[in-house]
Amino acid sequence: MRKLLIAALLASALPLGAGAQEVAKQNWSFNGVFGTFDRASAQRGLQVYAEVCASCHSMKQMYYRNLEGIGLTPDQVKAFASNFQVPGALNDSGEPTERPALPSDHFRAPFANDLAARAANGGALPPDQSVLELAREGGPDYLYAVLTGYGEPPAGMKVGAGLYYNAAFPGHQIAMPQPLHDDQVTYADGTKATIAQEAHDVVTFLAFTANPELEERHRTGVKVVLFLAVLTGLTYAVKRKIWADVH
Amino acid sequence: MAGLHKSDIQNPVINWIDTRLPVFTMMQKEYGVFPTPKNFNYFWNFGALAMINLMIMIVTGIFLAMNYTPNTAMAFDSVERIMRDVNYGWMIRYIHMNGASMFFIVVYIHMFRALYYGSYKYPRELLWMIGVVIMLLMMATAFMGYVLPWGQMSYWGATVITNLFSAIPVVGQSIVTLLWGGFSVDNPTLNRFFSLHYLLPFVITGVVFLHIVALHITGSNNPLGIDVKSKQDTLPFHPYYTIKDSVGMCVYLMVFAVLVFFAPNWLGHPDNYIPANPLATPAEIVPEWYFLPFYAILRSVPNKLGGVTLMFGAIAVLFVLPWLDTSPVRSARFRPIYRQLVMVLVVDVVLLGMVGGHPPEGIWVVLGRVATTYYYLHFLVILPFLGKIEKPLPLPESISRPVLPVGGGPLPGGAAAKPMEKI
Repeated sequence: MRKLLIAALLASALPLGAGAQEVAKQNWSFNGVFGTFDRASAQRGLQVYAEVCASCHSMKQMYYRNLEGIGLTPDQVKAFASNFQVPGALNDSGEPTERPALPSDHFRAPFANDLAARAANGGALPPDQSVLELAREGGPDYLYAVLTGYGEPPAGMKVGAGLYYNAAFPGHQIAMPQPLHDDQVTYADGTKATIAQEAHDVVTFLAFTANPELEERHRTGVKVVLFLAVLTGLTYAVKRKIWADVH
Repeated sequence: MAGLHKSDIQNPVINWIDTRLPVFTMMQKEYGVFPTPKNFNYFWNFGALAMINLMIMIVTGIFLAMNYTPNTAMAFDSVERIMRDVNYGWMIRYIHMNGASMFFIVVYIHMFRALYYGSYKYPRELLWMIGVVIMLLMMATAFMGYVLPWGQMSYWGATVITNLFSAIPVVGQSIVTLLWGGFSVDNPTLNRFFSLHYLLPFVITGVVFLHIVALHITGSNNPLGIDVKSKQDTLPFHPYYTIKDSVGMCVYLMVFAVLVFFAPNWLGHPDNYIPANPLATPAEIVPEWYFLPFYAILRSVPNKLGGVTLMFGAIAVLFVLPWLDTSPVRSARFRPIYRQLVMVLVVDVVLLGMVGGHPPEGIWVVLGRVATTYYYLHFLVILPFLGKIEKPLPLPESISRPVLPVGGGPLPGGAAAKPMEKI
């Protein structure tokens, strides 16, 4: 009976989303109890995002100032933000103006609204990437699998017009053309920009934008759990002492 | 002294208050010296844990409400702002979000304890029924809370669940319109759900108070399921059970902390990080894990009204459980057949949970129907008959003189096990 129960509980712990595509697990710097974001990788990922993804995907929860979280100095953030023009205050004649972005500005969106985004992308809406890493079954592993999953469709499979074959995407037909290619970007630190490297870097960056609190969360969590472990031990010792005379 | 309460408290200030408002005497009576069976195991922690969990939810919820915006255009972004820009907002939200899961874990174990040790039987029937009311209120609260972030699962979960009421003949559609505040799930729905989500926890607090009052009239059940016979059977609640509950609380907080800090989204659904979109239905609409068994029952019936009836019926049978179980013996320890069957019921409910998490296709449909049938069979057929045919083991004479030591050596004087008497 107990075995049956354990078996049932174990089985119920299996992923509930049956039929979901199995994706290969990657080794991420932010995995695990002590996981942190690999600064160099996340910064390279920012470059991939800025040069490739950002031409279609918005990231509206992010402020430029958040980039200090992947190791940019305040001056670097200021310099990075000033590359982008964002809507400024109305001028004296009441007309809209543009100004260079400040660290306190949200990331500039590539399109004015969803309709414009669809119109420019063959009817498909490129999803906002702020929390994309949390919004997909499989998280970073899935995003990596999609970015590296392009190729020729298997024999006999017909890919629809305006769609591309992708091994990891549900249904295997994705509206996004292959975004990453070898040497798509030129890394300042000399890292060789293979598709796998670019995908790994940009996913690290996307994991950061979805979980900017992750490092603080992990640090706090280790302290909290250690504290509770000691407290549990002490409490149990007191309990033993109080109960010692009860028969 | 006319009109003043007699107080034993020495401190003059507290005594002055206590003679006029004897809350200190009450706390001393109900939580200090309160006679409590001495043989509780750690299953008896879970009532206190549920109480702690309720307080955690209320406190974190109040702080979340300070920063949340109940408007369909802003709700999702306001939650993300809490995660990013509110001081420790991520911690408060992850505690609240995982606190809901912890609450159901704690309450389901608390209910299992009651099922296993027969805590719902005479004289604690009303205590149990009040507990079922608390569970229903918790479910309503959790459901409405899940809608607030206005993600895809929030929106579509709200649509599916509120639509269930349309199965009610004649007035169903009007009820749904009333719930929605319009003709679809929209801003009025979000606003009223926010309001009710803030209100219901305080209703729960009130009903919990009744639960505790009823408990302190009958006194606690215990693992042997026999009545307290004398002072030797009990211990004062403090310090014995305050410290034992503290041990349980520390372990509970540790599990809670691991979830919050290292796997905060493990029990959630990724689709709820996609802003609600009334034009795009998610591939699969699933409720939070703690509703999955009920969701499985709902989907096992090919008829909408039938499914809704059986789903709510699954909780309704719990209401009348004290009268469905005809055995006068409380603890499963002394009911050899029930002891097995209560575990089969656990497996059955876990199975229903798994069925609820899978699309209703192939083997899952069959499993869902079998498990649903067994759930009802357990309560409506097996329990009423089992009490009549099962031969219980001999009950111990009292809590302080437990029955036969393991291995069945010679009995200590006066500890002769006595056959169970029909009440």
